[in-house]
Amino acid sequence: MTEGSSNFARHDWDGADARRRLKRRYAANTRLKLYGLSAIVLALGLLAVLLGSLVMTGYKSFVQTHVTFDVYVNPENYDQANPFDSDYRTMIRDSFLKLFPEVPPGPQQRQLFDIPSTGAQLKLREIVAADPSVVGSTIRISVPVSDEFDQFQKGEGSRDAAEDARRVNDRQIVWFDKLAADGKISTPFNWTLFNSADSRFPELAGLKGAIVGTFYLLLVTFVLSFPIGIAAAIYLEEFAPKNKWTDIIEININNLAAVPSIVFGLLALAVFLQTFGLPRSAPLVGGMTIALMTLPTIIIATRAALKAVPPSIREAALGVGASKHQVIIHHVLPLAMPGILTGTIIGMAHAIGETAPLLLIGMNAFMTSASVGILDPATTLPTQIYIWADSPERGFVARTSAAILVLLGFLMLMNGLAIYLRRRLERKW
Amino acid sequence: MSPVTIAFLIILVMTVAGYFIGKSRALHAAGATNERLHSLPSQHAAYLALWVGIPGIMLLLVWLLLQETTIQNIVFAAIPGTLTDGLTDAQRALLISEIVNVHHGRVFQAPRPEVVEGARHYGALVSTAGTALIAAIVAICCAGMSWGWSRIKVHFRARHGVERIMSGFMILCSMIAIFTTIGIVLSLVFETIRFFQMVPVHEFLFGLRWEPQIALRADQVAGQGAFGAVPVFTGTLLIATISLCVAVPIGLFAAIYLVEFADDRVRNVVKPAMELLAGIPTVVYGFFAVLVVSPVLVQAGGAVGLDLPPTLSLVAGLVMGIMIIPFISSMSDDAITAVPRSLKDGSLAMGATKGETITKVLLPAALPGIVGGVLLAASKTLGETMIVVMAAGLIANLTFNPLEGVTTVTVQIVAMLTGDTEFDNPKTLSGFALGFVLFLATLMLNIAALSIVRKYREQYD
Amino acid sequence: MTEAQVEMKTRMDNEANNVKFSTRGVHVFYGDKEALKGVDLDINNNEVTALIGPSGCGKSTYLRCLNRMNDTVDSARVTGSILLDGADVYDRKVDVVQLRARVGMVFQKPNPFPKSIYDNIVYGPRIHGLASTKTEFDEIVETSLKKAGLWNEVKDRLDSGGTSLSGGQQQRLCIARAIAVSPEVILMDEPCSALDPIATARVEELIDELRENYAIVIVTHSMQQAARVSQRTAFFHIGEIVEHGNTEQIFTNPREERTRDYITGRFG
Repeated sequence: MTEGSSNFARHDWDGADARRRLKRRYAANTRLKLYGLSAIVLALGLLAVLLGSLVMTGYKSFVQTHVTFDVYVNPENYDQANPFDSDYRTMIRDSFLKLFPEVPPGPQQRQLFDIPSTGAQLKLREIVAADPSVVGSTIRISVPVSDEFDQFQKGEGSRDAAEDARRVNDRQIVWFDKLAADGKISTPFNWTLFNSADSRFPELAGLKGAIVGTFYLLLVTFVLSFPIGIAAAIYLEEFAPKNKWTDIIEININNLAAVPSIVFGLLALAVFLQTFGLPRSAPLVGGMTIALMTLPTIIIATRAALKAVPPSIREAALGVGASKHQVIIHHVLPLAMPGILTGTIIGMAHAIGETAPLLLIGMNAFMTSASVGILDPATTLPTQIYIWADSPERGFVARTSAAILVLLGFLMLMNGLAIYLRRRLERKW
Repeated sequence: MSPVTIAFLIILVMTVAGYFIGKSRALHAAGATNERLHSLPSQHAAYLALWVGIPGIMLLLVWLLLQETTIQNIVFAAIPGTLTDGLTDAQRALLISEIVNVHHGRVFQAPRPEVVEGARHYGALVSTAGTALIAAIVAICCAGMSWGWSRIKVHFRARHGVERIMSGFMILCSMIAIFTTIGIVLSLVFETIRFFQMVPVHEFLFGLRWEPQIALRADQVAGQGAFGAVPVFTGTLLIATISLCVAVPIGLFAAIYLVEFADDRVRNVVKPAMELLAGIPTVVYGFFAVLVVSPVLVQAGGAVGLDLPPTLSLVAGLVMGIMIIPFISSMSDDAITAVPRSLKDGSLAMGATKGETITKVLLPAALPGIVGGVLLAASKTLGETMIVVMAAGLIANLTFNPLEGVTTVTVQIVAMLTGDTEFDNPKTLSGFALGFVLFLATLMLNIAALSIVRKYREQYD
Repeated sequence: MTEAQVEMKTRMDNEANNVKFSTRGVHVFYGDKEALKGVDLDINNNEVTALIGPSGCGKSTYLRCLNRMNDTVDSARVTGSILLDGADVYDRKVDVVQLRARVGMVFQKPNPFPKSIYDNIVYGPRIHGLASTKTEFDEIVETSLKKAGLWNEVKDRLDSGGTSLSGGQQQRLCIARAIAVSPEVILMDEPCSALDPIATARVEELIDELRENYAIVIVTHSMQQAARVSQRTAFFHIGEIVEHGNTEQIFTNPREERTRDYITGRFG
């Protein structure tokens, strides 16, 4: 065969055809690269829109508009025998209306009294309960304004809009502006968000119940899944014979990791609540359910960490006469612990955001006080978000975003901890 | 302090005591005969402690699981027959919960005398049970201790004993995965069978009308609602399809760029950002759908003259798509990276451009891995709950139009089973039947995906 | 022969043989590490040039400069002049895709694509647009496989996967794949190191036949192989060429002490 044979003629790389073709090929190459780049820009852009919209709607909830005024704690409305049931509402109402003596009784006064939140009387009750000597004197209190005025102060809805398109009418705006001009309106940090539980009124609703509930739930999840997960992983990695039985266990673990979370909710409903009669809405049941879902994560992470411990360490320990159990407890487990902890924290971070199974076991309960134990009804952060997102009041939109920001904050904290642990305790063999 | 807490503390104290008693007993035994112990004193101690603690904890757990139902049954049996005859399960549960509420002092109106009597009986049983629990715990811990104590001798192989117990515990733990699967299957199958006793299988699987609300009303005979799940299935498939149409191209192209075109700097920024996207709880995505995506789409529809419902399936599909982009991207990334470098070098050395190498060699070679990832993603979208619960509708529409509202399996499960649920009507039980279908569908997808991915890995190992 | 005479003869050989690659002062850095420290070497048409030396000496690095495969390693940096027919391959005007079509490569481990035998061969012609009709592609497949001595073994199963062949067949398939784009130079990076002795013999035979049409550069660990297949040999050591020249001369009468030590097996 010579160079002359037709199909083996050397190609003319400088011909016009070849150049055109090359150009086309590079264009295709660039196109692919651009597709990839735009996919990434799109994905990250969506992430930015998501976080941006949450921050934009949520950040205002971290402050709360308050109105400050003097309240005369009228002994006439105070019930000596039963201070708890005293008529604090009238005290607040009389004192507040005194700020605007020109307003005639009737519907106008009702509209005026819309400004302070219903929570005002609860706050007064607390103050009086703490110090009954204030009865008969005048005290200055700062209470949240009701949701529509809170939104108004924060610039939701333009004051130039048609009156019937607004939630506050013209007269109310005049009153509110006067309060503001007198320095009676302030916007301090919204501690209510963290130190009260849920409420029907957005300006009084807080996350305390949800945070406490989440804490109990995670506690139960951790107490159950951490030791069980480690024990199961040790058995499968270090002791289990390679046979059909262990194969079945492994397939089971891998499949459980991919079973939809709602199915675990069904399991909990049928088994924990229905068969065993455990209490509804309790962090104990929620924690048990989430623990079952977290187990595969922890088992897989622990096995990876155990595998990473070099066999030479095991051989060395076996060589000085330690039993297999001793080798694992004294040497392998401590060395694998950083990896196990990292995997556990990541599993917990997943658990903290889990919502669907909790709905089925009733952890979306409306709770106006934080629970005090793992058997009390409770909500968790994600279910609280779900409840608030479902509420029609405008003020709950901002509250929901704020709750999400708090939840994401916890998530970041946990992931940060996992990364820190990994960096700090990482060991190179 | 509740009896349970006291019982737990007793177990704790006796276990610690067992440890020290075991230790001193072992040292004594050694001292008396002047021989070397077979096992370390601490191993004897641990052996005894385990014999005290484990029976105690196990008894406590069983007691806790059974106490409430047992007491309720006894109370119920003692209530005069006039009140209990011919009660349905639901009415029975209502009566019991009334009794329990009265016992706890949660009274709204003056309870019937039988209920007050029942509540007194209930209270008496609860306090008796508390005392009995503590007595039983003390007894079983003591029994465990004396058994363990009798076994500690100089030649006793305490280490083997402890290790055997540890192994048993570990085996038990590793079986929990199996118990869970069995639990899931049994609870789903059991309730599904009950559902099919009320609603024929063929109506559920092939019926075109899903109107379970009808059966809600007490004055209607249960089973009169329509339980044809086809519209629910098609709705689920529609939303899953939309989300895959969004996520697969974006995720795949993103992976291609990250693996083959991006430099380390870009990768070090983009990968954590993608992980962030993946770590966001789905309830957050659901709220995002309601807060941003749905209004934007409805407005955009209005601008072109379309009157769109706020729950159109496109919203849930799009947002679910965004949610699984990182998943598809990381699965594809793994699959492409797993293709041996020699193939890539071979193609480049032939004079292929990077793009040609990717589309003609790397992607075909990575295809099984990518397909496996997409199947897992599909299983995720079928089972995803919060996004659809918040953004999709409740009305079962038999349509494939993404601009209309549809409902999904998970939405219906949540709708049927939230709130106080009784297990005696087809509405509630249909939630379990849907759950069973969902479980089977995702199980098959997962098994298929995992086996494809495993085969693929073996090919290049 | 004196040194001056040898040099003169080498230069005359170069001209007579029509130099394909002329490389001068080639340096390669991987990050901070200098893998090649100034290599001067000519590659001639219709000859097999063997690159030998202990592992890590830079012979593969040098080979990968000739078709710019080092570009695919992010940290690699190449300086010096590498002229293919007088044009610098690292010139910005040179298109790397075309360069690699002109300079084919066969790797240490056979790496057929996970496609059919047929598709493996037509991969190059297809992307480079060397043929357009089915008949033309068929012809390319047949000729390439015949040249690679694989035609008779696979002509009945062109549709079966390239990975289903034995190791030696796979490597010849890769050679056929490289030939299919009718390159001018074929680079071989230890092409027989993963093969058994019989397959190795086949490939060596093939290399000898291919010499007629191409300039071939082969990196090899085996000195026997270099002696059997090559006309010229270059001995690399720690990033430099210690000695190069006629294979016969290098193996029978090396000028350098290090070459002699290596060939006689004192190190390597």
